Amino acid sequence: MTSAFIQAFLPELVLVCGALGLFVVALGGSQGRAARKTALVVAAAAILACVLALGARADLFSGAYRVDAFSQLLKLAFACGFAAIVLLSGDLPDIRDEIKPEYFLFVTLSATGLVMLVSCIDVIALVVALELASFPLYLLVPMRRERGGQRSQMESAIKYVMFGVAANGIMLFGLSYLFGLTGTTHLPQMAASLRMQAGSPLAIAGLAMAFCGLFYKLAVFPFHFWTPDVYQGASNETAGFIASLPKLGAVAVLVRFVSLAPPDNRAIILLLSVLAAASMFYGNLVALMQRDLKRMLGFSGIAHAGYAMVGLVALDLAGYTAAIYYSLGYVLMILACFVVACRVSPDGTNVAVGDLAGLHRRSPLLAITLFTGIFALAGLPPFVGFMGKLGLLAAALARGHLWLVVVAVVNSAIAIYYYLQVIRQAVFGEAAVERPPIRLSASTRLLCVVLIAGIVAFGAFPETIIGAIRQSLTFIPSSAPYR
Amino acid sequence: MFPSAPHTGAPLLSILIFAPLAAAAVAALVKNERALRWWTLAVTTLAAAFSLKLYCGFNPDTAGFQFVERAAWIPSLRIEYILGVDGLSLLLILLTTLLAPLCVLASWTSIKVRIREFMICLLVMESVMVGVFCALDFVLFFVFWEAMLIPMALLIGVWGGQRRIYASVKFFIYTFSGSIFLLVALIALRLRAGSFCIPDLMGRPYEPAFQCWIFAALFLSFAIKVPMIPLHTWLPAAHVEAPTAGSVILASVLLKMGTYGFIRFCLPITPYAAQAFAPAILWLSVAAILYGGLAALGQSDLKKLVAYSSVGHMGFATLGIFVLNTRGMEGAILVMINHGVTTGALFICVGILYERLHSREMGDAAGIGKYMPVFSFFLGAFCLSSLAFPGTNSFIGEFLVLCGGFARSKILVACVIPGVVICAAYMLRMLQRLAWGGTRNPDHAGLRDIGLRETLTLAPLLVFVFWIGFHPAPFLRVMHASVANLLQQAGRLP
Repeated sequence: MTSAFIQAFLPELVLVCGALGLFVVALGGSQGRAARKTALVVAAAAILACVLALGARADLFSGAYRVDAFSQLLKLAFACGFAAIVLLSGDLPDIRDEIKPEYFLFVTLSATGLVMLVSCIDVIALVVALELASFPLYLLVPMRRERGGQRSQMESAIKYVMFGVAANGIMLFGLSYLFGLTGTTHLPQMAASLRMQAGSPLAIAGLAMAFCGLFYKLAVFPFHFWTPDVYQGASNETAGFIASLPKLGAVAVLVRFVSLAPPDNRAIILLLSVLAAASMFYGNLVALMQRDLKRMLGFSGIAHAGYAMVGLVALDLAGYTAAIYYSLGYVLMILACFVVACRVSPDGTNVAVGDLAGLHRRSPLLAITLFTGIFALAGLPPFVGFMGKLGLLAAALARGHLWLVVVAVVNSAIAIYYYLQVIRQAVFGEAAVERPPIRLSASTRLLCVVLIAGIVAFGAFPETIIGAIRQSLTFIPSSAPYR
Repeated sequence: MFPSAPHTGAPLLSILIFAPLAAAAVAALVKNERALRWWTLAVTTLAAAFSLKLYCGFNPDTAGFQFVERAAWIPSLRIEYILGVDGLSLLLILLTTLLAPLCVLASWTSIKVRIREFMICLLVMESVMVGVFCALDFVLFFVFWEAMLIPMALLIGVWGGQRRIYASVKFFIYTFSGSIFLLVALIALRLRAGSFCIPDLMGRPYEPAFQCWIFAALFLSFAIKVPMIPLHTWLPAAHVEAPTAGSVILASVLLKMGTYGFIRFCLPITPYAAQAFAPAILWLSVAAILYGGLAALGQSDLKKLVAYSSVGHMGFATLGIFVLNTRGMEGAILVMINHGVTTGALFICVGILYERLHSREMGDAAGIGKYMPVFSFFLGAFCLSSLAFPGTNSFIGEFLVLCGGFARSKILVACVIPGVVICAAYMLRMLQRLAWGGTRNPDHAGLRDIGLRETLTLAPLLVFVFWIGFHPAPFLRVMHASVANLLQQAGRLP
């Protein structure tokens, strides 16, 4: 029992112990470097633990916590993403020295929350895990150094917390409806019970409200208002974290929730597709006007949340697979962009798109990383963004959502404009004032190469990963044969 | 459509696609600029020689795809890795591989910055262009089709002229916007037919309304690529700003992908819609011929002149395709090849002038014939070829297209004739100004005539101008069976 338990729970144990270790390091005063090294060790250990636990299958804690193929696959993704975030953080130029250890502590805690999130199949546990993933993020945002007369990090932190708490409140309210209807907090039982009363307005309302908390994480319209401000107000490294892993977590949990809905429920389909279309249009159109790189990525993130929703609208295995695959790819693509955002500004100030001018001269590797990331976001082959989009569109079209597919492709065409603005600065453009070359540490170079390789490999040879995701989605009821 | 057994033996097409890509990876490690140039030249020349193996092994008596390679790629989305060529794609592949080393030669001295990246772009470009013509899986085709945008946009945007970034972005947005509907169409076809395999998609009785929507989506993306009026506005900008090699690739190969798409997809997959829309497209083609000619007549910038003449020539290609008969189709394919040879050569000529004069204005180049006689000889030959002078390649192609057009509608051909005359007018006007122009420009005194490298760049194209002009049989022979088969497919009604 115990050894099986430890094997199944190993990733979480490693992360929790790592967080404790970081807490101890944080007690010792400003130990930024030590904390970073500890966090790297924790991340490496977490990856190893996830690999070891990849085959584990168990129901823990009286059935509230399920360790299955789906959760283990995503845990591995989170562990790798966590390692990338620690590498990305570098020396944290924009965080005050005395709180650098705490920064890594909170990042580790949030990653722990995400890792737990994907295993929770009891809504109470799920909410707790969601909060564990969110609260450290609320604290990371205001940790940014204060700049003359501006407290934008505070403003954005308040916005982030307020919206987060409100969305969570609505989510809990919706969950209470579902509990009232089904008398259980256990998701599989809830699903079985809900299928009996399919189409009950109360069930739809409960589900829709339960989605809210996740929509907020994913930054789906109209829960997106925090996104651009938080991206802009938080330090570059924090924004890189907020932009990547939590979205994957949100999509993973959304898949669990959406699969509660009966596959032919018009109301849920309508809700999801309207929100998807609104997110795509809103995100892309507003991103056209942005000058600040992070703000632009924020709005593009809203649009990408819309793309991921296109897969969920299909309400079938193909759609869920595509949505998860796309989100996995999105983590790689957005991290590639944020590596560049972090390294281009050595003192941690925000980066305007115009500041990227002449990047190819200052650092060819960063330029290539940005180039790959941006073109992948734009959905060009052979990068992962294209294969992801193909899967999403195919799934949605197979279920007859033609108009949504057309909206999605029209949006890709809109988006290409602002993505090209980045490329034209970074690759084509020459800086008006010559700026010094950017020196990259070995760890940054490693991160860049890994991200580029990942974006290309996931895009050119997606079979392994798509197959793994599809097979792991065992909890989808009546798994229709893949069309 | 498929031969019963796939091609056994070496995977020729895969080698032809991926060898330049591998060479690009090697080039990324080379620092020495001289070595880079020679390396790229050697690889592209070898690829050109290697592609002749395809021609030798090709069986012109069958319409089926040959050298077929088939392997699983992404089984969970039913996407396969299928390659194969028929008479149409074979010729276009040969054109691509022939032009690649010439592009390297043409950029030998004119590219001075970021040479490694330039050579990598050229090699990647060759790889994806061949890929587009070989791919028989719709997704694989689309991957190559879209992937091509990136190196092309870089070629224009990094090594181009004054307004290169504007031109590059415009090119990118135009072609990208067109091809997203191609993506929707290919998914819709896959859901209907259950496969992405292009030969499997052909010859299915899709209902007319479905065909029309698919045709519209395909047509939009291919028409932008051709480009057909009124979607041609990216072309002059891109052509003018691109470096010489970029213009050559753009004119000679990229534009062909549009017409290739019409022939490969629109006719056999949506025959009903192709026939229904043919009259409109024919008139658009006539408009392109006349408009392209008139616009070219008004240009004083040499590159713009050649660019607009492309619009006109591609009008002949689309005209030939949509008259939907053997003469027209074979003529159209030949026009595609001829345009690749002749316009490519003209762009190289303009590039040679630009390197010497740092201007593309016709007025600045007037009278260079006196100082550059060898160059003027080449220029003259290519100008004559461009205006379809008998004995040159374009004559055969345009003659066949007009024959085909005549069989369909005499009014149509009557409207095209002024276009042919305008074409002669602008080409001869350019030739007259350049070769015999009157002004004694003191800047011209020190002009060198073209050297060995530049002669070597132009000579192979000149050979093809006269070879196709006097003895087109080897080129027509390989396409007969494929064209007959395509037309038979296009003649099907649901």
